[in-house]
Amino acid sequence: MIKFLLMVNKQGQTRLSKYYEHVDIGKRAALEADVVKCCLFRKKEECSFVEYKDYKLVYRQYAALFIVVGITDDENELSIYELVHNFVEMLDKYFSHVSELDIMFNLDKVHIILDEIILNGCVVETNKNRILAPLLALDKMAES
Amino acid sequence: MSDVVEKTLTALPSLLSLDSQAGAGKLSSTSKLGQLIRNITELTSKHEEEKLIKKELSAIKDQVSSPHTTMKQMRELMVRAMYCEMLGYEANFAYIHAIKLAQQGTVLEKRAGYLAVSLFLNENHELLLLLVNTVLKDLQSTNLIEVCMALTVVSQIFPKDMIPAVLPLVEEKLSHPKEIIRRKAVLALYKFYLIAPNQVQHIHGKFRKALCDKDPGVMTSSLHIYLQMIQESPASYKDLAGSFVTILRQVVGGKLPLDFNYHSVPAPWLQMRLLRILSLLGREDQSTSEMMYDVLDESLRRAEMNHNITYAILYECVKAIYTIHPKAELLEKAAKCIGNFVLSPKINLKYLGLKALTYVVQHDASLALQHQMTILECLDHSDLLIKRETLELLFRITNAQNVTVIVEKILGFLRLCDDDYTIIDLVGKVAELAEKYAPDNQWFIQTMTVVFGLGGDLMPPDIPSNFLRLLAEGSQNEADDRQLKVYAVDSYLTLLNGDCSNLPQRFLQVISWVLGEYSCLSEGLDQEEVIGPLRKLLDQRGVSAETRSWVLSALTKLCRGPGQADVALALAESLSSSLDTVLRQQAHELRHLVQDRSLHARVLPQPAPSHSLEVDSSLSFLDGFVSDALAAGAAPYKPPHQRQEELLQQKALTSEPYALSLPVGLSPCSPADRQSPTLLSTSSGLSVGSTEPSHRAGTDTLVLDGVKRVWGKEGYLPQRDPSQTPATVEEPSNAVQSSHQQGANDASQPKPEPEPEPPQLNMEKQQLASSLFVGLGSQNSACLLGKTEAAAPRFRRKPRPNDASSSSSSSSSGASERSSNSSHSTADSFLYGGLLEEEPATPIQSSHHAPQPTTASASREAKQPYLTANGVARAEKRASQVLGGDMVKVRPSALAEGAMVPPQNCSKHLPPTSCASEVLQLPSELQDLPHSEIISLTSDPHLRVSCCRVFRDDALLLVLFLSNATETELRNVALELSCEELQTASLRGNVMECVAGRTSSVCRYTLLMESPHTHVPFSGTVSYQTQLGPTQTLPFSGKLSTADFIRPLVLNTEDYGKLWLSCSHDVKQNLRLVTDVGEPLTATLNVLKDRLQLHIVDIIGSEGIVACRLLHGAPCLMHCRVHGASLAVWLRSSLSSFPDCLLYHCQRALQEH
Repeated sequence: MIKFLLMVNKQGQTRLSKYYEHVDIGKRAALEADVVKCCLFRKKEECSFVEYKDYKLVYRQYAALFIVVGITDDENELSIYELVHNFVEMLDKYFSHVSELDIMFNLDKVHIILDEIILNGCVVETNKNRILAPLLALDKMAES
Repeated sequence: MSDVVEKTLTALPSLLSLDSQAGAGKLSSTSKLGQLIRNITELTSKHEEEKLIKKELSAIKDQVSSPHTTMKQMRELMVRAMYCEMLGYEANFAYIHAIKLAQQGTVLEKRAGYLAVSLFLNENHELLLLLVNTVLKDLQSTNLIEVCMALTVVSQIFPKDMIPAVLPLVEEKLSHPKEIIRRKAVLALYKFYLIAPNQVQHIHGKFRKALCDKDPGVMTSSLHIYLQMIQESPASYKDLAGSFVTILRQVVGGKLPLDFNYHSVPAPWLQMRLLRILSLLGREDQSTSEMMYDVLDESLRRAEMNHNITYAILYECVKAIYTIHPKAELLEKAAKCIGNFVLSPKINLKYLGLKALTYVVQHDASLALQHQMTILECLDHSDLLIKRETLELLFRITNAQNVTVIVEKILGFLRLCDDDYTIIDLVGKVAELAEKYAPDNQWFIQTMTVVFGLGGDLMPPDIPSNFLRLLAEGSQNEADDRQLKVYAVDSYLTLLNGDCSNLPQRFLQVISWVLGEYSCLSEGLDQEEVIGPLRKLLDQRGVSAETRSWVLSALTKLCRGPGQADVALALAESLSSSLDTVLRQQAHELRHLVQDRSLHARVLPQPAPSHSLEVDSSLSFLDGFVSDALAAGAAPYKPPHQRQEELLQQKALTSEPYALSLPVGLSPCSPADRQSPTLLSTSSGLSVGSTEPSHRAGTDTLVLDGVKRVWGKEGYLPQRDPSQTPATVEEPSNAVQSSHQQGANDASQPKPEPEPEPPQLNMEKQQLASSLFVGLGSQNSACLLGKTEAAAPRFRRKPRPNDASSSSSSSSSGASERSSNSSHSTADSFLYGGLLEEEPATPIQSSHHAPQPTTASASREAKQPYLTANGVARAEKRASQVLGGDMVKVRPSALAEGAMVPPQNCSKHLPPTSCASEVLQLPSELQDLPHSEIISLTSDPHLRVSCCRVFRDDALLLVLFLSNATETELRNVALELSCEELQTASLRGNVMECVAGRTSSVCRYTLLMESPHTHVPFSGTVSYQTQLGPTQTLPFSGKLSTADFIRPLVLNTEDYGKLWLSCSHDVKQNLRLVTDVGEPLTATLNVLKDRLQLHIVDIIGSEGIVACRLLHGAPCLMHCRVHGASLAVWLRSSLSSFPDCLLYHCQRALQEH
């Protein structure tokens, strides 16, 4: 099961966070700081998975932005690693050449995309067209 | 494509500094949100951030409540509030506005409102109730986008109590023409299933329809529900195996539309989910497994492309192949696949390979041999995760021969580790290995010393308590035990004489107990030499009050000679003014004991007491006191459950005036305590952090049981096939006893290594390899399924001494056993007292209660095995009774099957169940009680364990039959049963001297249920000795259902009415009507009566009232009314989860009818 998904930049600032199991807002900052500490200072030749408390972190770096996913032990790490890439490809398709600023200025839309992919900690859709369809429809209606 | 992304992102800092509009094109940077984002990116310190967000929050607060704010502005405000929350600053004033935005906004604003709700609120937030109306409205909207949004939010977060309100609308959407609506409806139902499985019980048929949907997306989402349901009960969905195989074949064969591909692999995540489902279905099931061999082979073949995602699929494939019934050809391919993973230069693949290997070695340890050199490399890898996974792998292949090397490796890792979770985990593993495979006493004590040192006070309390119990109980060999104790005393004394300021408290407690108990065994050791360091410890700074009390207890035991009287008195004097009340009390006790030598000898017998201590669990020595008190007018004792019930009734009574006026939907209990029992049991397995229901923390035994199950011998490797363990009995026991030297000899002997080592590898590595992997290849070839190492645990643990019958006081046992018995009961009083952080119990207190062995006769009677011969005739007689009687004597088998799923590990050697019930027979006094059929739980070549549930009025009696399947007798048979959710009381006859060949003996457990859970798993072990072999253990497990605990509640309509008003927890639901025979209402109620032992109070017209209770505890009342083609039921109880539970069983009963 997926416990949370974070986007953090190299300075350790959170750009997006989504929790699939309730975490107190007061505890989130500490957890995020811990997670950043675990992932940011890993070397290239080390594995993209880290053990953190009783679960695993899967992280992937895109330029200055890290995407970190916290999962339970029964999840397949490599499939989550690829899921992150699928997510980024989707953002890239929607924003055409996504950048950190796109994510910051469109926090709600990124969340809407993410909601289509992961629900209750499960991967529910990976088909790019279908994931973007609801958001595109919203955009179209908002324009008209 | 990712290159492009990276390029763009690299250019980001320059973009920011130029304040370019590239990314922010659609949003003017002069807007408030733009301003906020710019400020956030310019932050340099935490302090600045706090200032900025505080300001922002107050700005949002002002604007959000202004009546002039447009919906568009509101959306922006919500996004700004999301930012604040994301940075960790609560914006709770915005929550209500988020709900309002979802209600009043259009399109994008509405979606933003829903999004904000799902981000801000948690499942139990009370504001969520306000969302229900909006959701209802949107579900009925003609705008598909709005329907979509509503379904999305329902499947993310929805109040459980409100499910009935939206359920019909969601169900209706299952046949919507648009695939996206159908898909989202299925996902919403999945959410409902997760939080309240009972509520969607009736739409299982529709799940099947979704599985067969023509759109692959809808089918995919239905798999989430199936994966969940199959995890819970694989047996119920075997019929779907064929469909899953067909779907996987089509997916693998590329029959899906192209946009489902990811990097030209067809729907990889779907494939993985299907593989998981298949492995669950094929586990321990040959015929189902055979259906999937082809498609697994094809999956392996197709996934040959060099891309991460194909490797992820391969990993699932390999796991599936090793989980299902084995096929040699596939296993070979899977093994090769693992080889590729492990040898890959890509570190991520290497990790996955190790993980797969760790899973696989449980089934086939020889695979570890093939990759031994790679494993060694990984052991020294710079990446901690790789190292950690390798240690996990080594842990799984540990046996008596390689234990020293592996434990050394793990301890080496532990010394460098600073993560609490890892330390706790690994320390537990080392302790387990040491206990199981220790080659000699010296090694064992040394290893445990390191464990205590490294584990420190993080260590779970059961490690020291198990260790002490082990010392106290010992093995069969008296001389060996003595040596162990003496060695422990000597080494701890050395430790204490050195610098002991850094020793953890737990370890100091262990040390002081061992010294207090066993220093007298060490010849030539002057008591003064022990008392000195202990006294020093008492004065040492940094020693906790709890530890001091342990030390003082030890000193109390030691100060027995006339020479030590002065020391003791001085000690008592100095401590009698201590601030700590416990210490003060102990000091007083010490003073009394020193002055009365004979009392001292009686309460603290040492060494080897002449009579065994018996614990009189019935407290019969208090009988006189009780009858006096009763005569003097005291109230009679009521058992806890009865008291609780009365308390609840009282509580309910006070709220009576309000009970009627409350709207039904908003029943007075909070969402938290209405948690469905099924949900509770699944979620508790998910994370370590999950809390156990607090009401269980009450009794000692339950807590200890819970702890033990996590860390215990069997706790870690549940997948091991129990039938395999005894298959390797023949291993000579001297292998276990082998010392260091012998281990070294072993290492130099030729090993069955499958591949020649490359010559350039240095000798050192080869030696390490041979010492690590020794003993793995020896019993190769024959069985593919399991190769659990045979070595019997070095230290056999005796059954728990917390009840009378198990303290095995049989007349024939020798002095050694008796002495060990008495000492372990002392040990126990220590452990129960000290480690559970209650008031530390001293041995004095416990032995004050030490009763005369009054229960001896009772326990002897209990030990009489109920021999059963010529059972066939009587079984027939019983059958006729069943037919004749008006009360159901034997519950329907369908229910029994459902409730008593035999453990998955039931192996193929198992004789058919029918044969088991022919020979076995209940003790005569139980035969007249209603009972279930006798079901076989597990078996090995020597012993078969079966069980029968006897439905006594006040409890469920679990009768366990231990049948000796061999001609020779089994000795020292001991049974241990644990069940976390239930109270197990009055164990009878769970230790038997011997079970003669071809006979059975009976153990009984009385089980009480205080709060209902739909299914209650129980597990246990039987340990026994064959004539030649070492002690063996046979684990078993099974499931009970609440239905087993339901008893009819007989009362009249008037009492029913009163009781109805006093019950505060209610649930409403529609049930299916039984229409095939006679009048529907009567027929339905009769089905329920027969299956669930309900009492039908009255039937008037189209309404009926029914009552039952949980044993003697809480009642549950059911009011039924025929409503069209269904039966509207309304359940009420004083227990919050009882109605849910009963409803679940009613639905099942009707479904099975």
